Amino acid sequence: MDAPLLFQLVLNGLIVGALYGVVAMSFVLIYKASQVVNFAQGEFLLVGAWVCWWLLTAWQLPFWAGFLVTLAFMTIFGVLLQVIVLRPLIGEPVISVIMATVGLSIFFQALMKWMFGVFAQPFPPIFTADRMRVLGLEVQTVYLASLVVSALIMLGFWWFFTYSKHGLAMRATAFDQQVAQSLGVSVPRVFAMSWAISAVVSAVAGVVVGVVNGVSSALSFYGIKVFPAVILGGLDSVVGAVLGGLIVGVLENVAQYVDAEWLNWGNMYQIAPFYALILILLIKPYGLFGTRNIERV
Amino acid sequence: MTSMVPAGDFRTSYRADTTIFPTRGSRLAMLAGLILLCAAPAVFGRYELGLLITIGFSAIAALGLNILVGFTGQISIGHAAFFGFGAFSSALLVEHHVPVPLAIWGAGLMTAVVGLVFGAPAARLKGLYLAIATLAAQFILEDFFARARWFSGGVAGRVTEPYELFGLRFDREETYFYIVLAHVVVLFAAAANLMRTRDGRALIAVRDHYLSAEVMGINLAYYRTLSFGIASFYAGIGGALYAHYLLFVSVEAFNILYSIQFLAMIIIGGLGSIMGSMMGAAFMVLLPEVVQAGADLLAGGAIDRALRLGASISFLREMAIGAVIILFLVFEPDGLAHRWKMIKAYWKLYPFSH
Repeated sequence: MDAPLLFQLVLNGLIVGALYGVVAMSFVLIYKASQVVNFAQGEFLLVGAWVCWWLLTAWQLPFWAGFLVTLAFMTIFGVLLQVIVLRPLIGEPVISVIMATVGLSIFFQALMKWMFGVFAQPFPPIFTADRMRVLGLEVQTVYLASLVVSALIMLGFWWFFTYSKHGLAMRATAFDQQVAQSLGVSVPRVFAMSWAISAVVSAVAGVVVGVVNGVSSALSFYGIKVFPAVILGGLDSVVGAVLGGLIVGVLENVAQYVDAEWLNWGNMYQIAPFYALILILLIKPYGLFGTRNIERV
Repeated sequence: MTSMVPAGDFRTSYRADTTIFPTRGSRLAMLAGLILLCAAPAVFGRYELGLLITIGFSAIAALGLNILVGFTGQISIGHAAFFGFGAFSSALLVEHHVPVPLAIWGAGLMTAVVGLVFGAPAARLKGLYLAIATLAAQFILEDFFARARWFSGGVAGRVTEPYELFGLRFDREETYFYIVLAHVVVLFAAAANLMRTRDGRALIAVRDHYLSAEVMGINLAYYRTLSFGIASFYAGIGGALYAHYLLFVSVEAFNILYSIQFLAMIIIGGLGSIMGSMMGAAFMVLLPEVVQAGADLLAGGAIDRALRLGASISFLREMAIGAVIILFLVFEPDGLAHRWKMIKAYWKLYPFSH
C-alpha cells in the first residue's frame, strides 16, 4: 500500500468528480425540466471550450471578456438547439428523442474536429502563479480554481432552485407540466431556459477542463461519464448528480490504483464506472436519490 | 403507422391477413428483384459489388436491431459491439478448424448467448435505462476486445480465412456477393415469418403496451430477453459475414459511432419495418459515397480551399450521419419504408389521390 499516492488519487478523484458533478447536474436539469435524455451533454463542454479558446487565441481577448462572450454564445446555442431540434419532437417516443440528441452529439463532435483539428490545444496561461500553498499542501492553481468554480456553480444551483422565481417555475414544471401551465408558467420558455442554463454550466466546466488539460475532442467523453454518475445518484435528483459525480471521480482513480497494484488488467480508469453502472442498474435502478416510478393500470 | 390498404379490401381469414406478399404482383416483383440482383456481378465492377456486400451484411445486423428496437421497443446503443463479437467469434471458430459456412452460424449462436447475458438487465429495464445499460455494454465489450488476446488477437486484430464451400473458394467480390445474398434472403425471410408467429405478435404487443401485454398473459421478461437474443444473433451473423469479407478483424471498427450508424439505419429505413432495414442500410452505406462525390465535385475550387474539404472528408461524413439522423427524426419519423408506401399509394390512386 502506498498511502500518500492513494490520498493523492482520492484528491484527484474529488477534483475531477466535482466537475463530473457539475456536468451531471446540468444533465439532470434538462432531464427534470423536459424529460429529454441528453446524449449531447459532452458536446456542450466541447463547444464551449473551443469557442472560448478561439476567442482567446484568434481574437486575443482577455480571459474575462472571452469567458463572458462564451457564456452569452452558449445561452443562445442552448436555446436554439431546444427550439429547432427538440421542440418538434415533443410527444415523440423516447427513442426518437434519444436518437436526436445522439445525432446532435455526432454532428457537433465532427464539426468541432473539422473547424479546430484533432489535436489538443493548450489554453493561454490564465493564472500568474502556477502553484499555491493551501493548508501546507502544494496545489496547482488550476485544480484549486476548478474546485472553487465547481463549488460556486453548485451553490448557484441551490440558490436558483430554492429562491429565484424562474427556478421555482422550473421545479413546478418538473413536478407536473399541466398544473404548472395552468398556474401561468410558460412551459416552452422553461424548456428553452433549462437548455440554456445546462449549456452555459456545461461550457463553464468545459473551459475549466480545457484550462487544466487543454482543449480536445476528449472533452465530449465527459458527456458519457455523466451516465454512471446520474444513474448512481438517481436520474432526477440534483443532489444525487453531485454525489454521483464525486463517487465516479473517486471510483475511477481508486480502480486505477487497484488495477496497477494488484490486477494489471489495464484501462480500468475508463471502464470501471461502466461496470459500476451495470451493477447499479441491476440492483437499484432508481439510484440513491431518484424517484421510484410506480405504475398502476 | 397507417396502413395503405385500399378501401373495400377486406381479409376474410387470419391467413390472408398475415401473408407476406399481399398480391401475386408483389411476389413476382420480389422474385424479379432477386433475379436482377443475381445478375449484378455481371454488370457492376468490384467497387460497386463491395458496396452491395456491405449493404448486405449491414442490413442483416440492422434487421436484428429493428427486431429489438422497432418491433419490441427496446433501445440498444451497443449493437456494433455485438456485431464485432460475431466477427471475432467466427474468426476464432475458423482458427479452431471449423469450416467457414458453419462458423458463420456458430458465431451467430455465440453472439446470441452473449446478447442474452447483456439482455438479462433488459428483463427489468426499459426505455432510457436500457439505453444507458447497452451503452455500458458497448464500452465493456470494446474493452474486452482490446484486452482478450485469445479471443480477438488484442489490439493487433485477427486474420481469418475466406468462405469455402464444397471446395469452392468465395474470395472475390463477384463470388462472395452470392454468399451474402443467400444469407440476406434466408434471414430476411426468417424475420418476416417470425413476425407472423405467436412469438412475433407477442414482441409487438410488448412494444405497443407492455402492461396490457402482461395482462394478456405474455411473459414480459421472457420476450424482452428473447428479443435481445434474436437481435444479437442477427448482429453476430452480420459480423461474421463482415469478417470473411475483409479477412481481417480489428477492434477499432466496432466503436460507438458504428452502433449509432446501425440505429440510424433503422430510423431512416423505418422502425418496425423489415424492408425498411434494408433501405436504411443502403442509405447509410451510400451516404459517405454521396458526401465523397460532393467533395470531389467541389475539389480544387475556392470553397474547397477555404473549408479544407478534401482533408476533412471523414469529419464531413460523420457530420452527414448526425445531420441525417436529426433531419429524418424531425421531417420523416416513419422512415423510408413509409415514404415508399406513400409513393406506391400515390400511383395506385392516381389521378384521384385525394
